[in-house]
Amino acid sequence: MSEPLLTVERLNAFYGDAQALFDVDLTLARGELLALIGANGAGKSTLLKCLTGLVKNRTGTIRFKGEDLIPVPAFEITARGIALVPEGRRLFPSLSVEENLLLGGKVARPGAWSLEAIYDLFPILKEKRKSPSTLLSGGQQQMVAIGRGLMSNPDILLLDELSLGLAPVVIKDIYDLLPKIAGNGLSVILVEQDVSRALGVADRFMCMLEGKVKLEGRPDAFGREEITNAYFGT
Amino acid sequence: MEWINIIVQGILVGGLYALFATGLSLIFGVMRLVNIAHGDLIIAAAYLAYTVIQLTGLHPLASLVVVLPLSALFGYGLQLAVLNRTLDKGILPPLLVTFGLSIIIQNFLLETFSADSRRLNAGAIEISSFSLMPGLDIGYVPLLTFACAVAVVWGLQYLFYHSPMGRSFRAVSDDPEVSQLMGLNNRTVYAAAMALSMVVVAIAGVLLAIRSNFDPFMGPGRLIFGFEAVIIGGLGNLWGTLAGGVILGVAQAVGAQIDPGWQLLAGHIVFLLILAVRPQGLFPKGVA
Repeated sequence: MSEPLLTVERLNAFYGDAQALFDVDLTLARGELLALIGANGAGKSTLLKCLTGLVKNRTGTIRFKGEDLIPVPAFEITARGIALVPEGRRLFPSLSVEENLLLGGKVARPGAWSLEAIYDLFPILKEKRKSPSTLLSGGQQQMVAIGRGLMSNPDILLLDELSLGLAPVVIKDIYDLLPKIAGNGLSVILVEQDVSRALGVADRFMCMLEGKVKLEGRPDAFGREEITNAYFGT
Repeated sequence: MEWINIIVQGILVGGLYALFATGLSLIFGVMRLVNIAHGDLIIAAAYLAYTVIQLTGLHPLASLVVVLPLSALFGYGLQLAVLNRTLDKGILPPLLVTFGLSIIIQNFLLETFSADSRRLNAGAIEISSFSLMPGLDIGYVPLLTFACAVAVVWGLQYLFYHSPMGRSFRAVSDDPEVSQLMGLNNRTVYAAAMALSMVVVAIAGVLLAIRSNFDPFMGPGRLIFGFEAVIIGGLGNLWGTLAGGVILGVAQAVGAQIDPGWQLLAGHIVFLLILAVRPQGLFPKGVA
């Protein structure tokens, strides 16, 4: 079996004196979609921030394509091939839709995603390309955030709280596009509060509780009760 | 006609105040840094031009060819070596460090050049003027200063909104954390912004030194004018900053006309009035 694209071993993360992650292990294969589920404060977003270097106070190993990412600063992570779509979108409000997308491609690697490819995926963004990103609806903002992440042609796309604050119909539209987004061998780590939807699209899942991994495996390998118990720690 | 002349002269002086303020506004807009040493850096640029002219015999305006890149280089290095270390640690460290820098610059200039006033001799252009209409004469240097202010503001606006560098400035200003995920090294982006600010500082310093005498302790006064222009115009809006400089210049000119002792006071009163009535300034905007 080939070496995983990403291997995380004994990862611990800290905010000041408070420890947020405890010896987290994780592997991700090329083209795999891993759902990261857990209640608020479980450490899901912290884990993604560790992978992108935004949380610097961490110990352990993060090995990506054979390279240890711990010493790599956050601003070099995207060029390495990991892109984050942050929780709450966090678009740049003073930039237009197109400027947000172009900035996402500032350190683009060769690949299928380009401005035109993003506009093909989300045609509404082409119409709104000159608009300030703040004037878009929540769903359109999420499209820009996903497009911005894809513009760098990453090997791994980290999607943090994909459906948070969006209308159900918009969530469905975005989830319907996930197979297209995750095509071409792109690996995805999907952090999601909507457990059933996440498990419906994931190849594998990891359930976290209070900074620790409580359960992991293929979604169809566990019963609903087992996952619920891991989710709530009961 | 007398009052029209006073207002026009005030507008032209406002161009110089806008130049004092633009670099300040740019730095605050990009990295939320209040640079207490800004006025001293203007005076230091004037002394740098003075030194270049002494060494090369260049005309003061031609000396900008040397002074601008040196100032930009100094700004880049200053940001990387010193000011970046003060960011992300609250409002106090940048204030304290730039206050200390202000004292260091003043004393360095005093030790190097003495307390004597200096002036850059630009030749006949200093006192040349043309008559727009009877009773309204426009000096070439004040006009050049105002034109420089407009050009600088227009240039910066263009750079901010039509170039990849400007996009980087706005992104880092909007969200310094997420901007890193776009491949932006905030520290070098801040250094580029400081270099750009120092280019404006150098232009302001040379034009100031052509218009009036300067000495090592003039910096804090220029800082006040710069602050007032930025606040009057509205934080983060460069065209607003130009308008703020003009309002300050006109207020001072009108005050001086009423009583020569009221020149500075009139500017401060207008500033305080605007601060009281409209604390966000006349033309506030999210970012430079």
